[in-house]
Amino acid sequence: MLKILKIGTSWQNLWQSEEFRSDVRHELWRNIVVPVLAIIFALGVGALILSATGYNVVKAYGALWQGVFGSKVNVGEAFLRSTPLILIGTGIALAFRCGFWNIGAEGQFYAGAAAGTYVALTFANLPPWAGIPIALLVGFFTGAIWGALAGLLKVKFCLNEVVTTIMLNYIAIGLVGYLVTGPMQEAMRENPQTDEIVRSFVIGRIFPTSRVHYGFIIAVVVAIIATIVLFRTPLGYSMRAVGYNPDAAKHAGINVASSMATAAFLSGGTAGLAGAIEVLGVTGRLFENLSPGYGFEGIAVSLLVNNHPLATIVSGLLFGALGAGSQVMQLNAKVPAVLTFIIQGLIIAFIISFRYLDKNPSGK
Amino acid sequence: MELVGSLLQAALRMATPLIYAAIGETYNERAGLLNLGIEGLMLIGALTAYTIAFFYQSILLGVLGAAVVAGLFGLLFAFATVTLKANQVIIGTALNLIGLGMTSYVHRMLFNTLAGSAGNVQVLPTLRVPVLKDIPIIGPALFEQNLLVYLALLLTPIAGFVLYKTSLGLALRAVGEHPKATATAGLSVTRLRYGAMVFAAMMAGIGGAYLPVAHANTFVENMVAGRGFIALAIVVFSRWNPVNVLWASLLFGFTFALQFRLQIVNLRVAYQFLQILPYVVTLLAMVVLRGQTAQPKALAVPYTEQV
Repeated sequence: MLKILKIGTSWQNLWQSEEFRSDVRHELWRNIVVPVLAIIFALGVGALILSATGYNVVKAYGALWQGVFGSKVNVGEAFLRSTPLILIGTGIALAFRCGFWNIGAEGQFYAGAAAGTYVALTFANLPPWAGIPIALLVGFFTGAIWGALAGLLKVKFCLNEVVTTIMLNYIAIGLVGYLVTGPMQEAMRENPQTDEIVRSFVIGRIFPTSRVHYGFIIAVVVAIIATIVLFRTPLGYSMRAVGYNPDAAKHAGINVASSMATAAFLSGGTAGLAGAIEVLGVTGRLFENLSPGYGFEGIAVSLLVNNHPLATIVSGLLFGALGAGSQVMQLNAKVPAVLTFIIQGLIIAFIISFRYLDKNPSGK
Repeated sequence: MELVGSLLQAALRMATPLIYAAIGETYNERAGLLNLGIEGLMLIGALTAYTIAFFYQSILLGVLGAAVVAGLFGLLFAFATVTLKANQVIIGTALNLIGLGMTSYVHRMLFNTLAGSAGNVQVLPTLRVPVLKDIPIIGPALFEQNLLVYLALLLTPIAGFVLYKTSLGLALRAVGEHPKATATAGLSVTRLRYGAMVFAAMMAGIGGAYLPVAHANTFVENMVAGRGFIALAIVVFSRWNPVNVLWASLLFGFTFALQFRLQIVNLRVAYQFLQILPYVVTLLAMVVLRGQTAQPKALAVPYTEQV
């Protein structure tokens, strides 16, 4: 946080202090220059790969650009795809800030999606004003419980959350597979999926010409709330202190276990909410492979902006645009859409390397 | 009887790629490095082996190539995490994304195909040991397998011996517990961790290579299908002991083999539960065994020399 927010002094005085200026430079470097450079470098390597494999780089990236900005529909698709990424990224940011390495967003997403679908199918005659919020809340809490489970295993039994969340991913995905072939399977019993939810449970679209729905607004609001919680409340302070140095936090009287469990709970909750929103806003039903890896992409979304929940709106939109645009690129320029995975991975790797330079300005 | 025998045989076959990857990761974690990117490395190994076997008709060369290429990526991982001291969870995540993206992309480019398989390669021949293969129940499992399965069976005791009975093993274990003390004793933390990571990556590469050349005889996008993450679980489940890796891998291999059988007879519900069983068992085992934790103390903690 910049010092101006802490001490009430005039801009002019502040600007004269060398400490403040170095602080500004540091924040600019860390939060703007590094991510932008990382994206440029990653796209640069992507261009090398494209030309090495015989593509016209200008044409390919042109198709990607068209895929994002070419039409209102395309822009909408980018927003649509960014919705789960912003929600999951926000949750990951909370968890990572607290030092809880939640790799389990994928499973938490499925837990929330299953619970939301269950509500929508079971209480089909609820009016929209009651039904949708209830389904989303149930989705949130189911995901949160799935996340908190790993949190409890960590604080009660000292089990490494990286491993437990991976296990819980597979368990959740397996359970969804069971649900959509067993108790929740469609009445026709043909495909491994549930019946379609009723119209009153479908989240409305913001514009008539595009698939983007009000879930995007929810995602933005959640990111803002998470930012306030993290930086402006005692709970957020505790979470950040625990993430920074758990021993010091403990000595300062912070309840490390409860902070960490809360972070795991909230992180799972946003992923679960994303799952419920995906069903109510996009797919209309639950099935296996509902997520094309949102849970893992969300990690990249959060890391890109140094785990700042508010900024996941920007990085979520960027990754959503990359994902949606690459589909068009595949269609029009015949470039495999999987190129975006490489670019996303490279963005993370470059950011980490550039931050190293930041810690060692002299290059030592 | 015959059914149990062939089930065991299949279980060991399914366990083999897990054994390679988990043995490598055990060494890695013993030295204090946590590699979340095994999945990506296995994919890189799988595509490398498939490509070489496809164009040069040599499976052996394919497996060696997989080890070399995956080892190079391991070197990159070590550079990022040991030299640059980057967060290992983050770099592992990046490695998975790059591994998945790159293998899918290169596969489509090289073989000019959209996602599907481009064609089959030869599979490793089954080497039958006469007489012994006719022992009831364990005969087919132990004496009617391909070369990579036999090597995996040999690998576990050797890996255990090196880790517990040699000075190299002692140094590796020390660097994961007390890197500072190890450095004080005159050993290079950097060199040991680089070595462990490259070894682990090569093993993951071989484990991945096993899939196209001994299991599926082709390459399909994302064909590792979570085995890299399972290997991570096996390391914890075996409590960082390479000998236990064999048993833990067999447990997973057995449920895989059983799943295939149940799928064939169309018992869907049982199949779904069998699918999640090993993960539930691993979680429960972690809870039960928690008191005597064997996790290396410096796991995932970068080492900074104090001058």
